[in-house]
Amino acid sequence: MCFPASPAEVAAAVAVAARHDRPFVARGSGTGLSGGATPVGRPVVIVTTHLNRILDVDPAARVAWVEPGVLNLDLSRSVSHLGLHYAPDPSSQAACTIGGNVATNAGGPHCLASGVTAAHVLALDVVLADGSIAQLGGLEPDQPGYDLRGCFVGSEGTMGIATRVAVRLTRDPTVVRTLLLDFTSVEAAGATVSGIIAAGIVPAALEMMDAEITRAVEDYVGAGYPRDAAAVLLVELDGLEAGVAAQVEEVRAVGREHGARSVRVAADERERALLWKGRKSAFGAIARIAPDYYLHDVVVPRTRLVEVLLEVYEIAEEQRLTMMNVFHAGDGNLHPLIVFDAREPGVWPRVTDAGDAILRACVAAGGVLSGEHGIGLEKRDAMPLVFGPDDLDAQARLRDAFDPWGRANPDKVLPRGSRCGELGVVPEGAWV
Amino acid sequence: MTPDAEQAVAAAVGAASTVVPVGAGTQREVGGPVPTGTEVGAPSGIVAYDPAELTVTAGAGTSVDELDAALGAHAQECVLDPRDRRATLGGLLAVGLSGPRRLRYGPLRDRVLEVRFATADGRLVRGGGPTVKNVTGFDLPRLLVGSFGTLGVLTRVILRCQPRPALSRWYRAPGEPDAVRAACLAPSTITWGPDGTRVLLEGHPDDVDAQAAAAELVALPDDGPAWPDAPHRGRVSVPPGQVRQVGAGLAALDGVVWLAEWGVGTVHVGAATEDGLADARGVATAAGGWLLRESGAPTLDGFGVALPASEVMARVKAAFDPTGKLAPGRLPIPGAGVAAPGVVSGGRIGGPARA
Repeated sequence: MCFPASPAEVAAAVAVAARHDRPFVARGSGTGLSGGATPVGRPVVIVTTHLNRILDVDPAARVAWVEPGVLNLDLSRSVSHLGLHYAPDPSSQAACTIGGNVATNAGGPHCLASGVTAAHVLALDVVLADGSIAQLGGLEPDQPGYDLRGCFVGSEGTMGIATRVAVRLTRDPTVVRTLLLDFTSVEAAGATVSGIIAAGIVPAALEMMDAEITRAVEDYVGAGYPRDAAAVLLVELDGLEAGVAAQVEEVRAVGREHGARSVRVAADERERALLWKGRKSAFGAIARIAPDYYLHDVVVPRTRLVEVLLEVYEIAEEQRLTMMNVFHAGDGNLHPLIVFDAREPGVWPRVTDAGDAILRACVAAGGVLSGEHGIGLEKRDAMPLVFGPDDLDAQARLRDAFDPWGRANPDKVLPRGSRCGELGVVPEGAWV
Repeated sequence: MTPDAEQAVAAAVGAASTVVPVGAGTQREVGGPVPTGTEVGAPSGIVAYDPAELTVTAGAGTSVDELDAALGAHAQECVLDPRDRRATLGGLLAVGLSGPRRLRYGPLRDRVLEVRFATADGRLVRGGGPTVKNVTGFDLPRLLVGSFGTLGVLTRVILRCQPRPALSRWYRAPGEPDAVRAACLAPSTITWGPDGTRVLLEGHPDDVDAQAAAAELVALPDDGPAWPDAPHRGRVSVPPGQVRQVGAGLAALDGVVWLAEWGVGTVHVGAATEDGLADARGVATAAGGWLLRESGAPTLDGFGVALPASEVMARVKAAFDPTGKLAPGRLPIPGAGVAAPGVVSGGRIGGPARA
């Protein structure tokens, strides 16, 4: 394990790994939830947390060059006096690094309107698996040739290590309004989500919390969430005065139409922060219920949200597990949260069986395996649920074009047998 | 369109020795020259559109006009904005040219959720996924955008849509484009050229009016500035901060018309002569950018610049098209068409076609 302090040291570490033909794994803060940075076998672990400088901020161009170990929230804080922020805001933003965000193509509540990490990375300096350095992308709007920058973002360390990242900064909106809507059924909350989108509104954020997590959060932070709600929606609208005001009324109307018991509009910044504190404290709150949790990340078409959510509850019941849901409803990104005590004999198989069942339910509804956490090790072997052999083969070709030697974080993302002609290929049809 | 139509494309691609992907022909002259070979088009037509999902699935041969009409019926749009609206989705994605509202809505590549394409050896491959948020696997959609048909022939795409703004209006700005950028939260386009600054504002009518007032903009009766038109055309791509230098350089050239997208770094150039476009390329290069030939200028190189990270690009090309049969010459990939897969891949990629 090494802690390089400069891009040259990263390249040197990779070159040493190459000389000895050893795999290497890049690691940031280690907040990843899919095992992408987990060392498998005996790799050289290259930790980027000492590469933590914000190198340059250009307020006119709204671009910042940062090292990969810079923390997501530190970046936004460092440019807030300029009226700018870095838009992707994963729940772990106080602890996770930009390098890790690039690797997983991280999202967050505010990615509904502004897009995930890939839409905010303009250029990267990367160390490739042979220790050479390349710049991918650029500050000019278009580059000739293939979008290697776009391929690298979300590649979970399998194409190299980013040592410098140019990110797009976003101007703070003029007006922000945050609403809390409270429902007596998840169906009504889900219908409201569809209704908001169908009304031509794409909120800055559109979050849903079900009964159990709402109660847990309220007991933990006292944000004023209704403890008896079956579901609440946290809706944030931003932009300019008239547009936002009109949208607040429309969201209120859509909510009422679907039976919202109450619609609370945060009166000031303090109340807004309190409502968000509830949402962002969800994972802390569950520690009061059980010592362990397993957080899932799947996406379904937004119109099938409720149907899949009800299936998730059925799965929880079948496996006799406590399942809570706090998620990005606006883009169909579910986060079923299995809360359990790992000391309970026989609980693990039930937890993993429930996870598998959730994946299958989402895929059956036309969904995908991950919206923002990545595939890593966790979902690697589920990839054939959504991709056929030819699709996986194409992805393997792309990955191997970056790293023909197979040294950059091998054994992640793609299951064994993805490459055509690769040994151990599972016969077609045996996967699904 | 039907799945059979896509299979037929894949079979045609697999059987041909040189493949020339074709759409409506509106981008034919963009980039490297079109080779001679078997012309292969993609199926057209909208396959699925649910306005509540804000996504649309369509054959890659569908025209932007047709897509616009379908989405417009539900007050939605997919921001593509090609110069010629007969352009097909596949053709537009293949050349990867973003439209003039990029300042607000981002580049073309951010709108592509899923692609299906025919591979050199005649298979159909799918990349990405149908949902608006997805990090499942590697980003083949972004790889295909701007690949000029050299990695596969797009057959079907899923694109992200958005609500149409209640009002879109063009304005003339009395002052500097930076002043507009400071005064307005999110203008859709700011153009800057010899005729000054023009601004496109979109949104709630009251907000558009308020922003226009704050920036002292004067409403225009028309659809905004005309894009430079001339026998020889290209687009300059420079870091946004270099646009002023490019403008000054272009203004000094005879017979050259130009218009810049402020805050983006794209400068549209038209020249009366081929030499004029070559001189414009010199201006772009001196400012740290490059010029893509878009039409005319038959003897000018399409890109005029070496590809960055060209070793990786060459390996990508060899992995997807080991014999170099797909749109040869459209992108200046070093060694394309001559690379032996075994050499490039160490024997792990570019292997024999799956039966």
